[in-house]
Amino acid sequence: MNLLNISTSPHFHEKIDVKIVMWSVVGTLFPALIAAYIFFGWYSIFLTALGVITAVATEALIQHFRKVPITISDGSAVITGLLLSFNLPPNAPWWLPVLGSVFAISIGKQVFGGLGYNPVNPALLGRAFLMASWPVQMTTGWASKLAKASVVTVSGLKNSLIAGSGNESLQNLITSATPLNLAQQIRGDIADGVGGEAYRTIFDNLSSLDYIKSLFWGNVGGCIGEVSAAALIIGAAYLVYKHYIEWRIPVSYIGTVIVFSWMLGGIDGLFSGPILFHVFSGGLILGAFFMATDMVTSPVTKNGRIYFGLGCGILTVVIRLWGGYPEGVSYSILIMNLAVPLLDKITPQKTFGYRKKN
Amino acid sequence: MKAKTFKGGIHPHDCKHYSNKAAVEDFPAPEKVIIHLSQHIGAPALPIVKKNDVVKKGQKIAEAGGFVSIPMHSPISGKVIQIAKFPHPTGTIQQAIEIENDGKDEWFSKLKDEENYFNLSVDEMKNRIKNAGICGMGGAGFPTHVKLSPPENKPIDMIILNGVECEPYLTSDHRLMLERPEEIIAGLKLIMKIVSAKRGFIGIELNKKDAINLMKEKLKNEKNLNVVPLKLRYPQGAEKQLIYAATKRKVPAGGLPMDIGAVVQNVGTAFAIYESIRFQKPLINRITTVTGDIVKTPKNLRVPIGSSMSEMLDFCGGTNEEIGKLISGGPMMGFALPQIDTPISKTSSGIVFLSKKDVDTVHEQPCLRCGRCVDACPMNLVPTFLAETVRNGMYEEAKKMNINDCIECGSCSFVCPSHIQIVQWIKVGKLEVGKLAKKANEK
Ligand code: SF4
Ligand code: SF4
Repeated sequence: MNLLNISTSPHFHEKIDVKIVMWSVVGTLFPALIAAYIFFGWYSIFLTALGVITAVATEALIQHFRKVPITISDGSAVITGLLLSFNLPPNAPWWLPVLGSVFAISIGKQVFGGLGYNPVNPALLGRAFLMASWPVQMTTGWASKLAKASVVTVSGLKNSLIAGSGNESLQNLITSATPLNLAQQIRGDIADGVGGEAYRTIFDNLSSLDYIKSLFWGNVGGCIGEVSAAALIIGAAYLVYKHYIEWRIPVSYIGTVIVFSWMLGGIDGLFSGPILFHVFSGGLILGAFFMATDMVTSPVTKNGRIYFGLGCGILTVVIRLWGGYPEGVSYSILIMNLAVPLLDKITPQKTFGYRKKN
Repeated sequence: MKAKTFKGGIHPHDCKHYSNKAAVEDFPAPEKVIIHLSQHIGAPALPIVKKNDVVKKGQKIAEAGGFVSIPMHSPISGKVIQIAKFPHPTGTIQQAIEIENDGKDEWFSKLKDEENYFNLSVDEMKNRIKNAGICGMGGAGFPTHVKLSPPENKPIDMIILNGVECEPYLTSDHRLMLERPEEIIAGLKLIMKIVSAKRGFIGIELNKKDAINLMKEKLKNEKNLNVVPLKLRYPQGAEKQLIYAATKRKVPAGGLPMDIGAVVQNVGTAFAIYESIRFQKPLINRITTVTGDIVKTPKNLRVPIGSSMSEMLDFCGGTNEEIGKLISGGPMMGFALPQIDTPISKTSSGIVFLSKKDVDTVHEQPCLRCGRCVDACPMNLVPTFLAETVRNGMYEEAKKMNINDCIECGSCSFVCPSHIQIVQWIKVGKLEVGKLAKKANEK
């Protein structure tokens, strides 16, 4: 007799698989790539492409030698390459994304058995590796020679104030640094009693509406993928809408940054910090929506995700305000990645219908 | 329309358009029927006929096998051919009575009509329900007279009729509500009288607006009876989720609805209860949806219990292409059957034919830890951990994670991008956890 297919229920499946999720993430990073082209020019696209190609090639090669199925078509290596490149200065030397991607895929992912088994976000691990090995190349070259828009200017500031003051070191500071870099140094100097009024004005300018607008649209200095908050938010909104990422991590992450930067980030004591400046500068939007939410390396329990975002937020603010680097997003996420098994364990879900035992 | 719902759950396409406009049609009494002895939860019924016995329509052919059990009746008049093993609508093979139709359609005893049925004593009502062999017709199949006999220390204050029909494709309850609203409401009132409940609700999902409006209209002058419109979300029709949506009361874990004063009955069951009390009619037919995108003319049929699914399909014109899968029940919780020659039972709300391309053939991939299953779980479990612990043989661990509270709704598997058969692992795990408990008891 002709027997039919059998299997256990359910016999219905959402139109979703690993590929769809991963390639959607790739697609939603495209607006940011376009922003990179607009603000930094072709070279940044070239760097990104190098990172992606290397990541995919490394994955294929290692899987070939491990004699396991080659899964580069699932798009996850593309994401790693993209995110790694997005964390580089737009003027970085070409070998930086190459070495970073090789490290990210081999040590960050394949060593553990590939997708689903890596404990930390491979792209962030790759970035940490580059940061430790080539700190100079990783922290200079913010403004691209090819840049079309004015990059790394603090609008209305360079011309009048600094030029007028004739303070050369200050001038250098502004043209070579990212906004966060600037803010951190100024805060430190003010705390030490240097700088005076000029510094204070710069700091105020950083939190001015005009400047926040620049941060939002992207004509400021920063890494390739993180400059335009607007472009990133467009992509992230789609992912949230499709439930490919969930709201808890980004909301708790950004929320925590808001609270703590407001509380501690100012120069006039508690609760005077420039909130929007912290939200839209650096890689916070990129990190909160695209890296902290990396499925494999974030908690699965609902409360675990809240705590994860909270931890990332606190660490980010601490590093930004007092750390050795001006930017805290990638290290915060990396550190919290390591806490994920613990977070999952200490946040068991309360099954529907369970009551507190008296 | 203001609608209520529960937390978690998923939004599968409801696929009801194939059959929700098709008025119920009578499926002609077939050449033969196969009446399973186990169509319900509890002890199998015990046959009281033997080979070559002549039986009439409505005649009892098997006795309840205990208190938690129900009797079976013949839906046709004819001759018992054999009592043997036949394919069962849950995909297993079980003992059943095969009866050949003599075409005379003779009733064993003519149906009565008691106009004063509402004034019968509660005991008499329960007796009639019991004698009619009624079990929950939404799919679970729990004997109805047992559900309507809660212990004295568990007073029931409300009855919720389940007209949600949240499984995709199925439309039998929808059609019944549209075509027999008065009978359903009469059934609801009878149930309320039996357990002396004060309030009654009928929960209906928003994709059945016509049924919601009709029921509202019919309940216009009833103070204690209300329609509860519910948002479109699966598994809205699961007992605990339905009660929570309608009343915000939570059934305690491991407990029953009666612990919080509620009893849930399917609308089809309410209809059968009404018929059994007023006409003393045994449960010998039911409404079943025959549907799927490959079925030529999907229909809602009033079918004698024990009719063959393949004949029902023929009655609907057969299929347009090769059958990929035959599902008894809905696609979320139903059973895939190996053979189309299977009889329907009292709990068969529908049979769904999927095409080859609808059969999910994606291989299981490693868990991405994406947490989608966690967000979808209506019981707030962590399905990925349940699957993982079972896969690794850590049954104690699985038990601690409340594996037994899983209602096997399939929401987790539905949303998993890695296509992990989470429910399958959980079912295995539950069996193993059960074995552990048994061992512990023996010690
Ligand atoms: S774990 Fe059980 S209750 Fe939760 S979604 Fe999966 S099948 Fe449904
Ligand atoms: S939905 Fe699937 S892949 Fe995602 S966490 Fe659950 S089991 Fe893992």
